Amino acid sequence: MTLKRDEISDKLAAVGYVADRDIATALWLMEFLKRPLLLEGEAGVGKTEVGKALAAVHAAELIRLQCYEGLDQHAALYEWNYQRQLLAIKTREGIGENADSIEEHIFSERYLLERPLLAAIRRAKPPVLLIDEVDRADEEFEAFLLELLSDFQVSIPELGTIKATSIPRVVLTSNGTRELSDALRRRCLYHYIDFPEVDREAKIILTRTPGIDTTLALQIARMVAAVRKEDLRKVPGVAETLDWAATLAGLELHDLRQEPEAVYETMICLLKTQEDRARLTREISERLLGKVA
Amino acid sequence: MRADGHQSAHSRESGNPALGPRLRGDERSELLGARRRLAGFSRTLRDNGFKVGLAETHDALALLGSPAAIRASSLKPAFRSLFCATHSDWQRFDAIFDAFWLGGGMRQRQVLSGAPSTSHAPARRLAEAHVPQEAFGLPDRVERRSDGDGDSSAAGRGRREGASRAESLSAVDLRHIVDPDDVAATHALAARLARTMRARLVRREQVRRHGRRLDLRRTIHRNVSHGGTLIELAWRRRKIKPLRLVVLLDASGSMSLYTAFFVRFLHGVVDSFREAEAFVFHTRLAHVSPSLRDRDVTRAVDKLALMAQGIGGGTRIGESLATFNRWHARRVINSRTAVMIVSDGYDTGGPEQLGEEMRRLRRRCRKIIWLNPLIGWRDYSPQARGMQAALPYVDLFAPAHNLESLAALEPYLARI
Repeated sequence: MTLKRDEISDKLAAVGYVADRDIATALWLMEFLKRPLLLEGEAGVGKTEVGKALAAVHAAELIRLQCYEGLDQHAALYEWNYQRQLLAIKTREGIGENADSIEEHIFSERYLLERPLLAAIRRAKPPVLLIDEVDRADEEFEAFLLELLSDFQVSIPELGTIKATSIPRVVLTSNGTRELSDALRRRCLYHYIDFPEVDREAKIILTRTPGIDTTLALQIARMVAAVRKEDLRKVPGVAETLDWAATLAGLELHDLRQEPEAVYETMICLLKTQEDRARLTREISERLLGKVA
Repeated sequence: MRADGHQSAHSRESGNPALGPRLRGDERSELLGARRRLAGFSRTLRDNGFKVGLAETHDALALLGSPAAIRASSLKPAFRSLFCATHSDWQRFDAIFDAFWLGGGMRQRQVLSGAPSTSHAPARRLAEAHVPQEAFGLPDRVERRSDGDGDSSAAGRGRREGASRAESLSAVDLRHIVDPDDVAATHALAARLARTMRARLVRREQVRRHGRRLDLRRTIHRNVSHGGTLIELAWRRRKIKPLRLVVLLDASGSMSLYTAFFVRFLHGVVDSFREAEAFVFHTRLAHVSPSLRDRDVTRAVDKLALMAQGIGGGTRIGESLATFNRWHARRVINSRTAVMIVSDGYDTGGPEQLGEEMRRLRRRCRKIIWLNPLIGWRDYSPQARGMQAALPYVDLFAPAHNLESLAALEPYLARI
């Protein structure tokens, strides 16, 4: 069997994710070494998209866990459906069942609410588990996650230990708002995603925006690359580029040079703060346009 | 799909056509050689501050036998994903890889000849890598056990520091510390102080955690096993968000006697507070937290000291604050943020602007602490016009000319 890296690239392209060669290698390596992949990079470079694309490539279910401050095991792993448990107790008491059998009944699978992490290890077919923005969760949760990722089993006091029926492919993303622990970093493969270079971004635009022509896509990609070099507070990500491309295509533009006015006015798709909008004046917009288009 | 993965992992044993000719030639010696070189490569990475453990080396060995090893162009990204753990690793990896595997014959030979004998070294090296941070030989955390619940109302009682030498140093005005050893000790103390400050704050938070409100949802849940009769009660704990500290350090000429020390303190703060941001200003404002997050303390501090140098043009506190309010405040300030300004208050800009910006800042944050090293001087009163304009908006105006005065801040911070 040859290196499947190019194959992975092709498959990713087929599901609409234009990958560079390095990310394809990282995904291949994930398969080969059976390790989770930690993705870092600026907001908007498409970290989450990698998880989604990976799920599409393997035709696997995508299970997503969005992390936030204060996320605990009950929200991430499992919880008992206690309303139903109470109902069951009342009805069974009514028909005179004994306490032991009631207890056995209400602490059974039927009353267990699966949360993403538990769901991910109990599927028949290995899903893709996307743990988004893991840096937002607390340190305690990170430690717990580490344990789960190395053992792939969890213990529920009332039910016993649950072993994974299939090992999920795990993708973690981080925005770097907090330093992750060394242990977690070492457990994972690492990939840093940069903003795509012009050619790749043009390809992304072409794949995602139906009916746009090649020259326009390339012009847009160049323009966005130039805008990113400006001193902005919020650098536009790939999603913003796609919004802008869709807008320009919707306005039926074919050449940015012909329409500097429209370019300036639609640039609100790229600039999401008042300061950035004020900074990128009409003159700067035209100057950039002159350089790139 | 998963089966594919397994196949690829095992394919190297079952005669891979692409690998065949290369491996069969003199397979054994080549694999042995590769293994040695890999050990050398891991060592090179470790020397460069990468955290490479046995697991990584083991996986790398598996990779060497995989299809990825055919070309350097595919081996490099694979090794990079495996060995890197942070963005700074990521940025340096290519150069190290190229130097070791592709170019730099000199380096290769050096490492190769040394490799076999040092194959047992890794674990120790890894441990050593952590040493420099506490290289000053002072205990890192000294706690007062008798202190009960950690409620330290003992502002005036001073610090119970570890070394006695440190104790004597903590009362000396920082200007008068000139002996290099003493300077080093002072810096270590400052860094440690920043860390203990955080430790105390956290502990205090935990003490407060017994909330007084009933958590109905959890209570019912917990009592399902008692048939819904409420026996065990669950209390709602008050979630206390950690205090965020934003430090603005004046690095102008008039402060130069103290800057080196405060830079060290800044590093300690950013390193240990979960949420801290640091800025340095003289004629303009610079956001320095990223450079301070450098693991290598000395390098971070040197870098910052360099940034803080090259001044002379006076201080524009008002303008710097304006920049802060306009560009950074929204991002770094929340309702639990204390802003700490370390400055002597000599502003070459207009006092009106400083007053105005202080007013704006006051509206955003929880507390403003102004540390002024000059307060420690005898007969000082805040006469500088800038200082006069700023004072109405300051919650705590405190001296910061020696370590004791800094330590006295801690109980105040804990109350915020």
